[in-house]
Amino acid sequence: MIARAFEYTQAASVAEALAALQQDRDAKLLAGGHSLLPLMKLRLATAGRLVDIGRIADLRGVRRDGDRIVVGALTTHAVLAQNPLLREMLPVLSAAAQEIGDLQVRNRGTIGGSIAHGDAAADLPAAVLALDATLHVATSAGEESLPAEGFFLGPMMTALPEGGLLTAVSFPLPPQGTRQAYRKVAHPASGYAVVGVAAVLAMGEDGTVQYARIALTGAGAAPFRAHGVEAALLDRTLSAELAAEAAGRVGDRVEFAGDLYASPSYRRRLAEVHVRRTLMGLL
Amino acid sequence: MTTEVTIFVNGAEQTRAVEPRTLLVEFLREGLGLTGTHVGCDTSQCGACTVLLDGKAVKSCTVLAVQAAGQHVTTVEGIGSVEALHPVQAAFWEKHGLQCGFCTPGVMMTAIGLLQERPQPSEGEIRSALDGVICRCTGYQNIVRAVQDAAVRMAARDAQTASD
Amino acid sequence: MQLIGVPQKRVEDPRLITGRGRYTEDVRLPGMLHAAILRSPRAHARIQEIDVAAAQAADGVVAVYTGRDLAGKLGPIPTAWLPPDSDIKATAHPALAVDTVRYVGDGVAMVVAESAAAARDAIDRIKVRYEPMAAVVDQAQAMAEGAPLVHEDAPGNVAFHWKAGTVPEEAFTGAEVVVRRTFRQQRLIPNPMEPRAAVAQYDPSTGDLTLWATSQNPHIHRVLLSSVLGIPEHRLRVVSVDVGGGFGSKIACYPDEALTAYAAMALGRPVKWAETRVEHFQATTHGRDMVIDVELAGRRDGTMTAIRVKNLANMGAYLSTAAPGVPTILFGLIVTGAYTFQHAAVDVYGVFTHTTPTDAYRGAGRPEATYLVERMVDLFAGEIGMDPIEVRRRNLVRPEAFPYQSALGLTYDSGNYQRALDQALETVGYEEIRREQAALRQKGRYIGIGCTSYVEISGLGPSEVAGAVGFQGGLWESANIRVHPSGKVTVFTGGSPHGQGEETTFAQIVADRFGVPLADVEVVHGDTARIAMGWGTYGSRTTAVGGSAIAVAADRVIDKARKIAAHMLEAAEEDIEFRAGRFAVRGAPERAQTFQAVTLQAYLAWNLPEGVEPALEAAAYYNPSNFTFPFGTHIAVVEVDAETGDVQLLRYVAVDDCGKVINPLIAEGQVHGGIVQGIGQALWEGAVYSADGQLLTGSLLDYAMPKARFFPAFETAFTETPAPHNPIGAKGIGETGTIAATPTIVNAVVDALQPFGVQDLAMPLWPERVHQAIQAGRNGR
Repeated sequence: MIARAFEYTQAASVAEALAALQQDRDAKLLAGGHSLLPLMKLRLATAGRLVDIGRIADLRGVRRDGDRIVVGALTTHAVLAQNPLLREMLPVLSAAAQEIGDLQVRNRGTIGGSIAHGDAAADLPAAVLALDATLHVATSAGEESLPAEGFFLGPMMTALPEGGLLTAVSFPLPPQGTRQAYRKVAHPASGYAVVGVAAVLAMGEDGTVQYARIALTGAGAAPFRAHGVEAALLDRTLSAELAAEAAGRVGDRVEFAGDLYASPSYRRRLAEVHVRRTLMGLL
Repeated sequence: MTTEVTIFVNGAEQTRAVEPRTLLVEFLREGLGLTGTHVGCDTSQCGACTVLLDGKAVKSCTVLAVQAAGQHVTTVEGIGSVEALHPVQAAFWEKHGLQCGFCTPGVMMTAIGLLQERPQPSEGEIRSALDGVICRCTGYQNIVRAVQDAAVRMAARDAQTASD
Repeated sequence: MQLIGVPQKRVEDPRLITGRGRYTEDVRLPGMLHAAILRSPRAHARIQEIDVAAAQAADGVVAVYTGRDLAGKLGPIPTAWLPPDSDIKATAHPALAVDTVRYVGDGVAMVVAESAAAARDAIDRIKVRYEPMAAVVDQAQAMAEGAPLVHEDAPGNVAFHWKAGTVPEEAFTGAEVVVRRTFRQQRLIPNPMEPRAAVAQYDPSTGDLTLWATSQNPHIHRVLLSSVLGIPEHRLRVVSVDVGGGFGSKIACYPDEALTAYAAMALGRPVKWAETRVEHFQATTHGRDMVIDVELAGRRDGTMTAIRVKNLANMGAYLSTAAPGVPTILFGLIVTGAYTFQHAAVDVYGVFTHTTPTDAYRGAGRPEATYLVERMVDLFAGEIGMDPIEVRRRNLVRPEAFPYQSALGLTYDSGNYQRALDQALETVGYEEIRREQAALRQKGRYIGIGCTSYVEISGLGPSEVAGAVGFQGGLWESANIRVHPSGKVTVFTGGSPHGQGEETTFAQIVADRFGVPLADVEVVHGDTARIAMGWGTYGSRTTAVGGSAIAVAADRVIDKARKIAAHMLEAAEEDIEFRAGRFAVRGAPERAQTFQAVTLQAYLAWNLPEGVEPALEAAAYYNPSNFTFPFGTHIAVVEVDAETGDVQLLRYVAVDDCGKVINPLIAEGQVHGGIVQGIGQALWEGAVYSADGQLLTGSLLDYAMPKARFFPAFETAFTETPAPHNPIGAKGIGETGTIAATPTIVNAVVDALQPFGVQDLAMPLWPERVHQAIQAGRNGR
């Protein structure tokens, strides 16, 4: 309940935050704090210094920038769930955000914090993968843009460079007529995804699937794109049979996670059932 | 390693010495003696510590006091009094929405947070909005009834204010 | 104004809804120190060395204690229930482990510091060298040859062996039908929302010690701790007024409470200790954890004739305060449930393991008994091809049979079990749901309907029986009613509610009897300095026993007031009628005195009748002549997702009978809360240990507590069959919901899966487990 003592700095700008991280190898960034502080209170994580980036105005805001939508890293889950632009253009992101934790957590947790933390059962990574997002990172050496695919490497492991600060997540505008959905089986205790499925589909004029992104969280060591499912859908007309066939590919080259609540084989089963049902919901 | 932090609590400016690791809930309970906000767990799940921070329901056990510098906090002590109960308090009393009372301040603050966003929630929306509170006594049914009753009271109060 | 049976808003609530409750952790005293406890990370180990030097030198630390430091200064905590003829090994729990730790969470050292943070930091600086030893966590394994011993003087790890009842062998060998099954009642974590805490303050000039504690029974804490601490009972005050839930886990006297008190005495400053939730998981008593073998004999016509039960109860590493009574008396005597079994026998082993001690948890023995009999009814029904509702009908104790002596020697007081069953069936629309079930099965959807008709033992209880069954205390209850000169009333009760609302229900009883406004009556509880001896709140006793004491005391007040009124009205006592707060002469209603006027005269004593002393107050110590037996029927409708095993609750109907309902709002609230806990055990909860004694479900992240979104709105109703042998006709309702709900849900899910040949499922019914059962059924295994 009581974290080990640490020092605290409030950064007024991204540059200040980066400098603080450079200066103190034992420093960690603090945004909403709803991933980091619980771990520190249980003394499962420590930091010699917390650099609070919560007041940096540059990191806020949801805006359209040409053919992309840019979401500031400090955007809370509550805003992601309620923002009209996101709900209209990127509904799978809003839907995933709405499933996070609870009302109070959503008022504090941020998209930047959640993605940087890299929990393999968090909801946003699935949506971010399914939307082909780009993660914008500031480092002392300059700015980097990292694709979402390849960012999530393992439990609490991401491709975020050491000393880097995630400043924004940007999304290409999805093709016209895209159908999106997020479906989650929540762990009854933690609320995290036992399996979470984010799906983005776009049909061509002939009614066949021309664009498919299916991403899962909670199911494996890291959130992943179900390429096998996507491949099975492309150029074919979505139907109950196709949904079942494609869902059957969810386990292609994936090792499913197991824990006290759900074994790997059961997670695989859940993944297949819920991918199928998610696709059926997009019919 | 202490620092001074100033937070507006229930409308009053409050300055206390804290460590960086001091949680907002500790600032309230220890620093200000406002013990109505309770600590029920250590994994940010039970919601007994819920307060309003700049009007939004948050778990005060998962906010550092220093993070809340200059911000406005409302606790259960600040929403009403026995002589002038907040509609949510009146509703919880009327509908037996509490038994041991330990989770109740957090539940009420969460309800206020919900009703601000969604003044006429359905039963399903209320039950989902209670994801971040755990009650072991009531079985939630009367909490739901209390929130429904509060919604009616607040709508009536707002209509009254509008017509005043 | 009629106050009984009225949904009166609670008088507790104004302080609780404005954040002015005073829970133990809210107590702040000048100069207060903070304590933290280092707990064993190992299930079984010898302590070779504890190095506290670094902790002692840490900032803000005032003292560090180990078990060795306390030798001779602080007694171990004894158990307080010794079932007779059970060869019980009543090992006492040292406040801190001396040579051996016996479970993860066992206290090893205590730090006292100027702040909670300093104490917590210093804990990390204590170095302990352990010599690990083999541990055993399962009760069957603990009894097996060669299992590591938890206590040297308890061979085979048997803490006690208790039996009741006999069944002639022919009852089984000659039976038309015999059904056998083993059920596991998984271990549960009570998790009241208020973690346990204690604050102690000692005055060396008087020798008075005040202990604020999260207790369900402050007088029991006082009695036990006075001997543990070596402090005279009359110098120890225990205060437990606002307590945030207990569910049985705050009955026990705990080492950390004794340690807090000891530190305050030793250091001359107040000391506070408060557990974290993670600590609660390890250091507060767990519930249930029984492995129960059942054999049921019956006839093809649906009659159940005999039941034989063997129970291996996991007691954990030490016998907690009330623990030995739970799997024995409170379980064993009610395994016949609401049915007319001719023969019944129970054989119970209490077993030590290297786990957190278990003790009472909502229902305490009765949920486990009800579960086995209600599941067996369904299995028996399946065996003979009869609707389980019909089996219940054929075997429920009939209304004419009361008072009914069960095969195990209990006398069920009153009941109409059939009426509750019929009402529940009608409310749920049983026939319609069966038709819907058949139709949905054609479409590959699986709904199930499950029923429980229960009776349980409440209103603990007759003190003679308490003594006979080894409870080291009485089970009567005290009431002191003091009418003040102005006619206002203070009621002192030995009950200790912690959410059950007796500040209101008791005020209702008194205000109703005296004919005074509810607001004129104050109910005081939970402070041993203000209240005569009482036995606290558990076992659904407070209204039935405590409320009865209050009714008796109230009537004594009225008797005395009547004498004074008669004297004031110059009439004979027999001619005085008391109604609606007025004493009046029969036939001459204008000749009357109010309750308040009579009270004032009692205190002025200007002109009292011969033999009547001044003042107006009365005490009563009510010792019930029997337990009470609430009963009812619960019915649940569920849908099982055959592809995933997920269980959805569609409907839940509860018809309960707790005798006379004093406050329907409060009674209904108890049912709601109880049902949710019972469903919690069926579907989500379960404390899991690794083979080497690590608590794998160590926090709320792993242990699934029921949440609002999991439930539909419950449909509840009461029938009223008054308790015949107490003055208020009330039976108790605090635990019935939990007792009934667990088997109701499991029966419903098994019913849903009948097409797959599923006969039984282990709790909690996690989706994977349900799914595996479906797959096994599909594959014909």
